[in-house]
Amino acid sequence: MIVIALLAIPTLSGIGAFFMTGDARRRVLLVVAAVLHAGVAAATWIVPPAATAGGWLRLDPLGQLFLSVTSALFLAAALYAVGYLRRERRAAHRDFEEGLLFTNAPEATFTACLLFFLAAMTLVTVSQAFGLLWVAIEATTLASAPLIYFHRQHRSLEATWKYLLICSVGIALALLGNFFLAVAASDHTAVRGAVLLDDLIRGASHLQVAWLKAALLLFLVGYGTKMGLAPLHTWLPDAHSEAPSVVSALLSGALLNCAFLGILRVQQVCAAAGQAEFGQQLYVGFGLLSMAVAAVFIVGQADFKRLLAYSSVEHMGVLMLGVGLGGSGTFGALLHAVNHSLAKAMLFLVAGNILAVYQSKSTADVSGVLRVLPASGILWIAGFFAITGSPPFGPFLSEFTILKAALDHGRDGVAAAYLALLALIFVGMITAGLRMTQGAAADRWTLARPAEPVLAIAPPAALAALVLMLGLYIPPILRRAIEEAAHLLG
Amino acid sequence: MDPALVFLALTSVLLLGSSRLTRCIRLVAFQGVLLAALTIAAHANEITLRVVMLAALILALKGAAFPWLLSRVLRGAEVRREIEPMVSYMLSMAAGTFGLVLSFWLSARLPLPTLPTSTLVVPVALFTTLVGLFLIVSRRTALMQVLAYLVLENGIYTFGVAVVEGMPMIVELGILLDVFVAVFVMGIAIFHINREFDHIDADQLTMLRDWTG
Repeated sequence: MIVIALLAIPTLSGIGAFFMTGDARRRVLLVVAAVLHAGVAAATWIVPPAATAGGWLRLDPLGQLFLSVTSALFLAAALYAVGYLRRERRAAHRDFEEGLLFTNAPEATFTACLLFFLAAMTLVTVSQAFGLLWVAIEATTLASAPLIYFHRQHRSLEATWKYLLICSVGIALALLGNFFLAVAASDHTAVRGAVLLDDLIRGASHLQVAWLKAALLLFLVGYGTKMGLAPLHTWLPDAHSEAPSVVSALLSGALLNCAFLGILRVQQVCAAAGQAEFGQQLYVGFGLLSMAVAAVFIVGQADFKRLLAYSSVEHMGVLMLGVGLGGSGTFGALLHAVNHSLAKAMLFLVAGNILAVYQSKSTADVSGVLRVLPASGILWIAGFFAITGSPPFGPFLSEFTILKAALDHGRDGVAAAYLALLALIFVGMITAGLRMTQGAAADRWTLARPAEPVLAIAPPAALAALVLMLGLYIPPILRRAIEEAAHLLG
Repeated sequence: MDPALVFLALTSVLLLGSSRLTRCIRLVAFQGVLLAALTIAAHANEITLRVVMLAALILALKGAAFPWLLSRVLRGAEVRREIEPMVSYMLSMAAGTFGLVLSFWLSARLPLPTLPTSTLVVPVALFTTLVGLFLIVSRRTALMQVLAYLVLENGIYTFGVAVVEGMPMIVELGILLDVFVAVFVMGIAIFHINREFDHIDADQLTMLRDWTG
């Protein structure tokens, strides 16, 4: 029942939002749906929900972890969106990069797609069958594409097109992976026709190894595209920088995790079949490559939203590296997934505040944020230190756990490369972050300082508080859940 | 079953050498009809209501709805044919021949645990998938890229319908629904690209990049 409620709340309110008239009422609906969803998601920690729909929908520790992060981020984003949509309610805007006039997509479509997006992501986390998981991941792409094209101008259209096409092709390859997995299972009566994850894991020793490996490769390429692993990440910086900041926060914080979950599900089966190492080698390679590519584009990046987007590529690399190392590395990766989501979503929301006032995405045009927007400035600096893995924030702890796992496993070369890349990215990010916040404010703001509305500050501030808390103290209930989830991955 | 598979491979080859977009739409529509026939043929020994419904749905979507939708998009656009593909048509056909050989070679190396209904299934499915991938990277118009995505999807589906037994109905419907929405959303995107850029040349979508050069 609880699982059904989790799916029904965003779906039904999405339909409602689409047909509802009156912007104010629709915004109330958005917030109510977000609060309800977060409430039910929180309740799953107290009362573990039963499996429904013949075992197809079930919340295991892995799914619960990602669901909770998604739900929390959506609540923050929904509150932020209320203020954002109020600001954006103008007939036509002047584009600050090229001076063209453009309008926004209708708010009803935007809100409805936002809620459908949440429904699709929820379905990803509760799916216990690979076919359903595939359907859900493709649905996340389709529900989020209209969100990227909220500002009706050609740069966001270009980003939407790349996102739609590249991710759809990637996910189509993952469908072939689904079929390969079914072939791998067709060899033995114990697993023939098995659709549920649990059945596949139970009979994993009967799976045909060659087909299983081929399936894993296709899943990795397919869902890896969606996750933004280099060299399949080309759509990511465009989509994350051109989408409205509130959407970027969800894309980076919640959606990338969903694709990561898709890869983890396949790894669960591989680990049960005694083939854990085959995938892990690949994950380490993809992880380090993603970090390296991100580092190249982060150093000297002139656009601060693209900077954050490339930082997401980097952190997806860190996650893959952690899972690739296995053992305590898997624990570190899952903890890092939570930390990264909270920190990155918070940074994108603050980026939205800066963008709204400065009307520029160029790091060179923005200076003196601390003077002009004190609250956003403090959050911006805290976010940059958090995301680059500085103590006392959460990402420091999880990145350190992964480093320790590398050293414990005797992978000194991997550890050295990992540290070097982290250091390089730290320098690149902090330079840009400090340059924006320090310095003098332009003359036009010395007299009248722009207002910082509560709805633009409270959501990112709450996320920042969570990131700080996870760096100082991990609640036992969360630690236990991450341990159980890591245990599922062998 | 074999005739349908041969026709499927043939339409893929023809797509590689076609420049007129209306013709490409018709070829992809014909592939949709073939897929519906394949669905029936793959379950020839026991035709249930489920199979018939699925085939009818595929026919309605891939054979009729998608071509209609894409033709409408095309009517709104100025472009009638693919403009200078990245790879010339002759070279595309040559690559197609190579792809066909590769597909047969690959499928000989991938022994299926259970024998499929036809030995042609795996090579043709792989070939169609490869053609789809090739068309996506080698063609410039957005409409052609959507058609290529459909060809890719057709290839993958051929593999699924002929090799995988007992795919749950709900998954098959989900896949079809996703593809339907994907084509629909892409169609809308192309409509907007037409309006914004006065062309449907996806190659011109190059504002967003890190290095200009």
